[in-house]
Amino acid sequence: MTASPTLAGSTERRLKIDGWTLGTAAISMAVMLPIVAVVIIAFTPGDDIWGHLTSTVLPLYIATTVQLMVGVGVGTFLIGVGGAWLVTIYRFPGKRFFEWALLLPMAMPAYVIAYVYTDVLEYAGPVQGALRHLFGWTSIQQYWFPEIRSLGGAISMMTLVLYPYVYLLSRAAFLEQSVGVLEASRVLGRSQWQSFYSVALPLARPAIVIGLSLVLMETLNDFGTVDFFAVYTFTLGIFDVWMNMSNIAGAAQLASLMLLFVIALVLAERFARRKKRFHQTTTTYKELPGYELGGFKGLLAVVVCALPVVLGFVLPSIVLSTYAVLHFDKEVVSQMLETAGNSLLLSGTAAMIAVIVAIFMAYGVRIKGSPVLKVMTRIAALGYAVPGSVLAVGVIAVLASLDNSIDGFMRENFGVSTGLLFSGTVVAVIFGYLVRFLALSFGTVEASLTKITPNMDGAARTLGHGPFETLRRVHMPLMKTSILTAAMLVFVDGMKELPLTIILRPFNFQTLATYVHQFASDEQLGEASLAALAIVGTGIIPVILLSLMIRKSRPGHEIT
Amino acid sequence: MRNHRKYYVTALFAIVLALSSIARAADNEVNLYSERQAFLIDPLLKAFTKETGIKVNLVYMKKGMLERLKLEDRNSPADAILTSDIGNLHNHAKAGLLQAVASKVLEHNIPANLRDPGGLWYGLTVRARVIYAHKDRAKPGEVTSYEDLARPEMAGRVCSRSGKHIYNISLLASIIAAKGREEALVWARGLKGSLARRPQGNDRSQVKAVFEGICDFALGNTYYMGKMATNEKEPEQKQWANSVNIIFPNQKDRGTHVNISGAGVTKYAKNKANAVKLIEYLSSDTAQKQYAMGNFEYPVRANIPLHPLVAGWGQFKADTVFLAAIAEQRTEASKIMDEVGFNQ
Repeated sequence: MTASPTLAGSTERRLKIDGWTLGTAAISMAVMLPIVAVVIIAFTPGDDIWGHLTSTVLPLYIATTVQLMVGVGVGTFLIGVGGAWLVTIYRFPGKRFFEWALLLPMAMPAYVIAYVYTDVLEYAGPVQGALRHLFGWTSIQQYWFPEIRSLGGAISMMTLVLYPYVYLLSRAAFLEQSVGVLEASRVLGRSQWQSFYSVALPLARPAIVIGLSLVLMETLNDFGTVDFFAVYTFTLGIFDVWMNMSNIAGAAQLASLMLLFVIALVLAERFARRKKRFHQTTTTYKELPGYELGGFKGLLAVVVCALPVVLGFVLPSIVLSTYAVLHFDKEVVSQMLETAGNSLLLSGTAAMIAVIVAIFMAYGVRIKGSPVLKVMTRIAALGYAVPGSVLAVGVIAVLASLDNSIDGFMRENFGVSTGLLFSGTVVAVIFGYLVRFLALSFGTVEASLTKITPNMDGAARTLGHGPFETLRRVHMPLMKTSILTAAMLVFVDGMKELPLTIILRPFNFQTLATYVHQFASDEQLGEASLAALAIVGTGIIPVILLSLMIRKSRPGHEIT
Repeated sequence: MRNHRKYYVTALFAIVLALSSIARAADNEVNLYSERQAFLIDPLLKAFTKETGIKVNLVYMKKGMLERLKLEDRNSPADAILTSDIGNLHNHAKAGLLQAVASKVLEHNIPANLRDPGGLWYGLTVRARVIYAHKDRAKPGEVTSYEDLARPEMAGRVCSRSGKHIYNISLLASIIAAKGREEALVWARGLKGSLARRPQGNDRSQVKAVFEGICDFALGNTYYMGKMATNEKEPEQKQWANSVNIIFPNQKDRGTHVNISGAGVTKYAKNKANAVKLIEYLSSDTAQKQYAMGNFEYPVRANIPLHPLVAGWGQFKADTVFLAAIAEQRTEASKIMDEVGFNQ
């Protein structure tokens, strides 16, 4: 760990418009436009909602949202970082299995797991039924049972499916750490716990922060789960103003306020980290220590790792499978194949594009170091913090005005109407995904890029490589794992994506998620179960492949 | 290297072009933006296509429909919209997104209070918001109106879905329309005081809650009862339905609150004739019968036979207030729900 000069400081600082600057700026601008559109909508005239909201429900929205975020933040941090540290540093029974199994809940959409647990835990469900049978209770007044449709329930559901983000990123960070620094810490008299706390954790901080911020943004803009659990968060408030008060301007104002809040959080973290930069300086990567955990401690480690996997993945999958068998319908299967094809096409394309764009942007910022570019890329990566349906309106605003301008121009000059070229097509949906999920790919790629010491760039450039060659031959191989991680994050999130898809999609077009939604929104989980399983099934394939690659990717691993 | 890049760019461009041509149009068709889920209306649309040869394309969306239509402007592919509530129809009409349709067939098929006087929108089915009462725990005559649910002695005996759900907002709006804001607020506050639990779940879960003994009364739309009572895949729902009676509220005064699902032709419809044909078809005897039998909804005309189950609930008097007047009060209703902290 060294405090090294920044790249921008080490290269010439001249205002030079070249391909990289222009390209990075153009791409950031394109991705940023829908977010800007939302802010513009906020300034269109509409009834003033603030007097009413502040005097009635706004304090509740804010309090609930903060509690939800704190709960999910703490939960995902403990499970994510704890799990990553256990499977990376210790040896215990099943460690190799848990390395990838801990990622599985990621494929489970939060709204699906919420439906499943409500079915299982509510009064009419099997758990309470069995309890009543066991103790001879006959009515709800005779005993107490935790209410699943509550703030606590929402925190539990979201923690269970979101902790893998933190796990994935912190594990990658722990893996990339040199054993040397840990050993130095132990030699200097720190205990295992102290070494974790004062060396490994700070080194992994940028990655953990990115993981947590993804989790918190996802929590902040969740609609399905909080709506189903009747937990009144800020996002629910946005939709209330939009739909019940028919006030899109007011809704956009609330969404913009939420964006400001996210920006403030991000800035606060950056300020706290200030000038500290963490680069790996040593190239000695030995086998990780693999401290043996035997006996009771080993058992404890197994339980700690197994619990989130069982609750977040195994149990809901079993419930869904049971329903799927009960509701099996041959006719549905062929329809499901086509639907799954659509999901794969959208998520796959979006993942590819989001990763390419992220690499280009992150590297552009790195080699140019222009503060304007930096700000632009930051804004472009904010789409993850805007509720999906609101962002969808931003996307339509951008694409429809582009389409209508082209159409207007063509009508005027050539007398032909080109109609809508992009709006209401698959391209619109993919663009929507890009805007929404760029934070995932950009964050992951950028975190990995900052860990590569600028000396590498210098060396490559001195040896006569241009920036593109340097990227391709030096950085990309070093970032391989992170690039794959980024692609997987976008892919899995794309498979689960709902609000953007619903609003932006073409006619007669279903994805697995919209298919699940149409039945689940009517509380017909049975009809939705097969599609929900398909989302989970297609989601876990890249998750497992990736975790195998991550294990192989530890620097130095190929050499041995 | 450079050559490779050119290939990539060309390939990418080709993909984009290919993708954007997906789901582009045939000729004899009609395009719908629908607030009703595809699986609910699919049988009706299929029957329409079979009879007329006109292909129906549909995209379901609840939020963002109005904004998408507005932003797509004159190039919007949508020819008609389908909604499950008067509010959305009214909003589209007010935003100038619909066009007037004059059709002898529609005027004949749909009573005047269920359509826009200017022909901007037409109601296609009627749903009544009723009170479900437990067969034993609710005494006969104990509750006969929405107002009864808000009485102090009802405390802890009533279940409801979110006060912000469009069906409850419309009910409250109808009370504002009938009695003014002050009385509506008192009612909402009273109802809040009667609730056995925080509002949650959909109408179906309220009946389930009555079955489970959480409460004795619940608010709900009629067609859910039909769906539960005939649910072969999840027979336990039959038990839920069996545990309650249906009360049509306010039979002695203004009548039971009803809402409509409906349709309108968009301002820039490219297939206007087909869109009108579709709406006419949906108001025809065949389609109305199908709505009644398949979805347990009330047809817009009295001469269509009801589903036997629905008929068994008996005749009722519906609130005849003009529906657009209810739609006008929605924002106010939503604010009242906030003021009384209905969902907290």
